[in-house]
Amino acid sequence: MSALLETVGLTRFFGSVRAAEDLNMRVDQGEVVGIIGSNGSGKTTFLNLATGYLKPERGSILLGGRDTTALPPRAITRLGVARSFQIPQLYLGMTVLETVLLSLAARAGRIGVWAPLKRSDRSEEGLQVLAQFGLAAHAGRLVGELPEGSRKLLDIALAVALRPRLLLMDEPTAGVSTEDKFEVMDTLVGVISGSGITTIFVEHDMDVVLRYSRRVLVFDQGLVIAQGEPAAVLADPEVRRAVLGHV
Amino acid sequence: MPARAPTAILLFLGALILLAAVPLVLSGWILFLLTVAGAKALAVLGVVLLLRGKLLTFGHALYYAVGAYAAGMAVKYFGVREALLLLALALLAGVAMSAFLGLLVARYRAVYFALLNLAFSMVLYGMLLKLYSITGGTDGLGIPEPTLAGFELGGSSLRLAMYELTVVLTAVLVYLTYRFFASPTGYTLRAIRDNEVRVEYMGVSVWRAVYVSYVIAGGLAAVSGCLIALSVGHITPDLSFWSQSGEFVFVAILGGTGSMLAPVIGSVLFEFVRNYAFELSPYTWQMTLGIILLLIIFFLPGGVWSLTALVVRRGSR
Amino acid sequence: MRLLLVVALDGLTYASWLFLVSAGLTFTYGVLRVLNLAHGNLYALGAYLGATLVLRYAATGYTPALAYGLLFVAAVVVGLVVGPLIERVFLRRVYSRDEEVQLLLTFSISLILEDVVKLTWGVNPVFAEMPYSYLGRVRLGGINYAWYPFLLTAIALAVGGLLWLVVTRTRLGKVLASVIADREVSLTLGINVPRVYTWAFAAGAVLAALGGALTAPMFSLAPGVGAEVLVTSFAVIAIGGLGSIGGAALGSLIVGLARSAAVYFFPELDLFAIYLIMALVLLFRPQGLFGEIEVRRI
Repeated sequence: MSALLETVGLTRFFGSVRAAEDLNMRVDQGEVVGIIGSNGSGKTTFLNLATGYLKPERGSILLGGRDTTALPPRAITRLGVARSFQIPQLYLGMTVLETVLLSLAARAGRIGVWAPLKRSDRSEEGLQVLAQFGLAAHAGRLVGELPEGSRKLLDIALAVALRPRLLLMDEPTAGVSTEDKFEVMDTLVGVISGSGITTIFVEHDMDVVLRYSRRVLVFDQGLVIAQGEPAAVLADPEVRRAVLGHV
Repeated sequence: MPARAPTAILLFLGALILLAAVPLVLSGWILFLLTVAGAKALAVLGVVLLLRGKLLTFGHALYYAVGAYAAGMAVKYFGVREALLLLALALLAGVAMSAFLGLLVARYRAVYFALLNLAFSMVLYGMLLKLYSITGGTDGLGIPEPTLAGFELGGSSLRLAMYELTVVLTAVLVYLTYRFFASPTGYTLRAIRDNEVRVEYMGVSVWRAVYVSYVIAGGLAAVSGCLIALSVGHITPDLSFWSQSGEFVFVAILGGTGSMLAPVIGSVLFEFVRNYAFELSPYTWQMTLGIILLLIIFFLPGGVWSLTALVVRRGSR
Repeated sequence: MRLLLVVALDGLTYASWLFLVSAGLTFTYGVLRVLNLAHGNLYALGAYLGATLVLRYAATGYTPALAYGLLFVAAVVVGLVVGPLIERVFLRRVYSRDEEVQLLLTFSISLILEDVVKLTWGVNPVFAEMPYSYLGRVRLGGINYAWYPFLLTAIALAVGGLLWLVVTRTRLGKVLASVIADREVSLTLGINVPRVYTWAFAAGAVLAALGGALTAPMFSLAPGVGAEVLVTSFAVIAIGGLGSIGGAALGSLIVGLARSAAVYFFPELDLFAIYLIMALVLLFRPQGLFGEIEVRRI
């Protein structure tokens, strides 16, 4: 199994706050890995580092064996990495369909200056993507008018629409109500599992990690303190104390 | 806008025909005013385009002046008299300048973008003033009556021809800009306004979209400047002064940024109001503008265009 | 040699009042994150009011020394009346909107104030040169220079020092730092952020008006005087770094001396030298000499 994402000695501080220190991890192709940790354990920073939004002070990031430490988010995205955000990062002034179409155009490298974005054949494809996430009904609505949960889904849909080989999701169920949590994840997993996309998702929620990941990494204050099979790892009292604050 | 395309095209052509027929009813001074309004609308269109990407420039008069003086130089040093050729040269000069400056400017945003463009335009202003022997300094340059498509016109037939030329040119350029805006790069520009970071995470270059938009905006303003030079017959360094840039921004907000047609409406409104209000009271002219701008900011943020959108019920974006 | 001295002194004079104005502009930007395009008009108001007060006063024939106090009075009146008026009635309503809208708002205020000045004082020049000429001249290093500019420089230094003290040593300074760093957090800490904004804007206005009032005795005032000052201040704070008062000081010195040198040695460059410097600084060090780059957190 080849490593798709690997970090070696990744280190990043914010002043005296340790967001990552000598972080070594790897995720192999086809894996579905969950990253769990308490607030401030460095989970989001890890995603920021892995996608080039932040630069590490030391260490390197390898994507499919290739050193991407110095690359910016745009380059890393073009190498097949897509990411969703803890707080949905969307274009509030556009419609849902337009947003997806832009994502599709980006994937195809069709960012021209003449041919319109909204051609009828492209719209078909866009609607299909939206349908996968149950958002087809919202196609003509302004993103700014979407309800919270739909925004989260759209944020993820945009990442998936890029058909990446590595999908990084930052707290996909954050802000989603407890009843809807599993429904959202089921939808997601339904879309992803057929395609063999390697997936890493950062989560707060142990239940979600237990149910949807094959392997889990536990972060605590910028270090990986445990990893392995979810049920076993999450039963460990040390882990529970680090993540939940109690046993 | 696929479904509405036939209606929109019809409306557009209809409006065009109406505009072209205006000289049958009006003439002389009003025609001239409309010509100037239409010409300046192109520079304002450039400002509006950039505003759709949340880029406010306080130095767009730079390209306006470049276009005008490119024509002026061509007339002075090469004896060019053909309007179409002068327009082409102005466009070339404007695009060359914006292609160059755009390399420097495209990575800036917000206040810095505004200030940098301002600085460049004032540098040009200073140069135009100081290079007296070439540019005529404060005296400026005279632009003799041009030929149009080879035809030697004069007096009122030239004014008529300039009007029609402005109408056609404005229509064509508005359409082209509209096409750009509806393209993926145009949508990228819109996305930049809302969330640059996301654009980068889509693998799309923010810089490129800004750069291309800037070059287009520069070209538009240069054509604008040349048209003015040809219509008015005289150009001065004031064309590059920051207050001219301010005027473009004002008209952009007055007309609204919701459509590529809005600058035309705003510009026509502005020229007429300016013409008559200034005569009424030169000491309260700027105050009037200021109050209008305040009213727009608070009560009609979409500009005058948002009123027409209510009337016509166009839902396209 | 004497020429160099004159250039240096002229540059220093220019830098002094330019510092007062620019410090106000950069301070307002630093706290409120708004570039106040009406700042030049506040300068003009201070200048015209100061000049008028002095002229009226001079006509009554009282002790000339008090005229200087009147200049300060004019500045304070303009700053504390017009400043809060602009901020509370207009600017406050657009804080939640785009930066561009805030800029446009100050632009519209500027247009209005431009004519307010014209309507109040007319278009004829106003020159209250008495405070300037009263102090007489001094022989310095072989040249004959006026005393007044030195007073100006002294005031500029005093104001600069005062600002520095307030910002670094007082509780008010800490409050300001907090509001600048994080508005939301400051609110939760119990700081009355809206009131801080109003006072900060007023302070900026007072500085602009002070710059205006103190320069009124130096040259004849005419409409449009505020506009040139505004654009020059842009250059200063772009060079020094938006939001940095120390940067405004350094930027004023640079612009002041550059302008002075250009006037005497390179008259052809005069007008666009400053903007060229501004452009170059923005290109090579956009955060200015003392500013900071902001990165968006996600």
